Amino acid sequence: MSPKKTADEAAAPATKPANGLRRVVITGMGTVNALGLDVPKTLEAFREGRSGISQLNFRDVDRLTIQIGAQIHDWQPETWFNRQQILLYDKFTQFTLLAAKEAVEQSGLDFQGELGLSAGVVLGTAGGGLNTWDENYRVVYEEGKNRVHPFVVPKLMNNAAASHVSMEYGLRGPSFTVATACASSNHAMGLAFQMVRSGAAKVMLSGGSEAMLCFGGVKAWEGLRVMSRDACRPFSANRNGMVQGEGAGVFVFEDYEHARARGAEILAEVVGFAMSSDAQDIVMPSAQGAERAITGAMRDAALNPEDIGYINAHGTGTAANDKTECAAVAHAFGHHADQLMMSSTKSMHGHVIGGTGAIELLACVMALRDGIIAPTIGYEEPDPECALDVVPNTAREAKVTAVLSNAFAFGGLNAVIALRKV
Amino acid sequence: MTDIRDRIRNIIAEQAMLEPDQVTDDSSPADLGIDSLGLVESIFALEEEFDITIPFNANEPEKSEFDISSMGSIIAAVEKLVAEKA
Repeated sequence: MSPKKTADEAAAPATKPANGLRRVVITGMGTVNALGLDVPKTLEAFREGRSGISQLNFRDVDRLTIQIGAQIHDWQPETWFNRQQILLYDKFTQFTLLAAKEAVEQSGLDFQGELGLSAGVVLGTAGGGLNTWDENYRVVYEEGKNRVHPFVVPKLMNNAAASHVSMEYGLRGPSFTVATACASSNHAMGLAFQMVRSGAAKVMLSGGSEAMLCFGGVKAWEGLRVMSRDACRPFSANRNGMVQGEGAGVFVFEDYEHARARGAEILAEVVGFAMSSDAQDIVMPSAQGAERAITGAMRDAALNPEDIGYINAHGTGTAANDKTECAAVAHAFGHHADQLMMSSTKSMHGHVIGGTGAIELLACVMALRDGIIAPTIGYEEPDPECALDVVPNTAREAKVTAVLSNAFAFGGLNAVIALRKV
Repeated sequence: MTDIRDRIRNIIAEQAMLEPDQVTDDSSPADLGIDSLGLVESIFALEEEFDITIPFNANEPEKSEFDISSMGSIIAAVEKLVAEKA
């Protein structure tokens, strides 16, 4: 039986580019975070410089020293999922599925036919189903029960979100989950990019998710004493730590020829990605490691430092990260460091840990498409060790044609993505 | 209060992998080879030992109410917290 040629195959170009690499474009994006339950509301908050950080509200919050976070207070899973799905989906999976729905709908793709065979999903998360762990430890340790719900394991596993996305859309190609702490979703998106670029897949859904705002999740972070009790102020001299957030970001990465052949709206092009490891310290960042990822991403994208107009910073608001990141950027860009803008949107959506890079890539697309640079809010005092244009407090109009998104994880694992205007 | 002083010295010495008598009042955590993560660990150990809560943020150690500039200041601050608890 000879296989029938599908529309997808017919639309594909007869020959590959000379180097065998395909161009990769973004044709859909979705998010759920404290700023809004979709992309338009999130970008509106970026433009307005609005904070999503507020008083935390969940069980036993009174026993925490840290009382603030970028929590999604109006999250009502029954709006989006039926009873059986809610029993099976941890919050990090719920966030992912809603973000994926928005992204896939925007792309207009249908994976039911042949396309599903060359489409997959790679997502990042650090904690996976942390709420499920937390709730069920309570049940067995605190309440002394000897029985847990049968779905505990399929709910908490770190690949649950990726698996449910693959099932929801019939993605039958490569799918897996990446866990590199705060760089998880950048690593995930970088790998998805490489798979489409190499021709291993035609379409990849990618991004990440985190739902760590529960008693155990925040209590664990308190131990490190790097959290702020009052605000997230990246790059500001009076910054005093990070503020955690929650949510998800999902993108559709598509082979450029495939997207053009079907007349899809192209939001941006993914042009480069690089990873590096500090090989130094489990929590303290290294400027050299960060710089190698930044210059690596530009080299991979065949971009010069002068081409980059905006960087979405890792910018956690800790003393250590922000000065190290600024040193890395200053060294990587030389004189051009004074020309480019770099902001940290974590000041608005909080540090969404394994999902943060995906939410932050939205600010990169906004910069390229809308010519609006999201600000670093909460900025109060210049810091000589962070002497770059951090777009303080107010969004700015600017034409940029190429951007970077930084992520530098605990454990010294760095991942930087480069996007270009199409 | 010498008891408290000795217990603190033992905790810091263990963290620094030194003998307790090498931990002198004028030495700073850095002098003893204690890095930022080691400092956070030491503070946790002191909290556990004396059942106190030490106000310390690693992002602005100099601004914390808890003075960690030297062993002498750490001992004084812990003694104060223990006294307040009593």
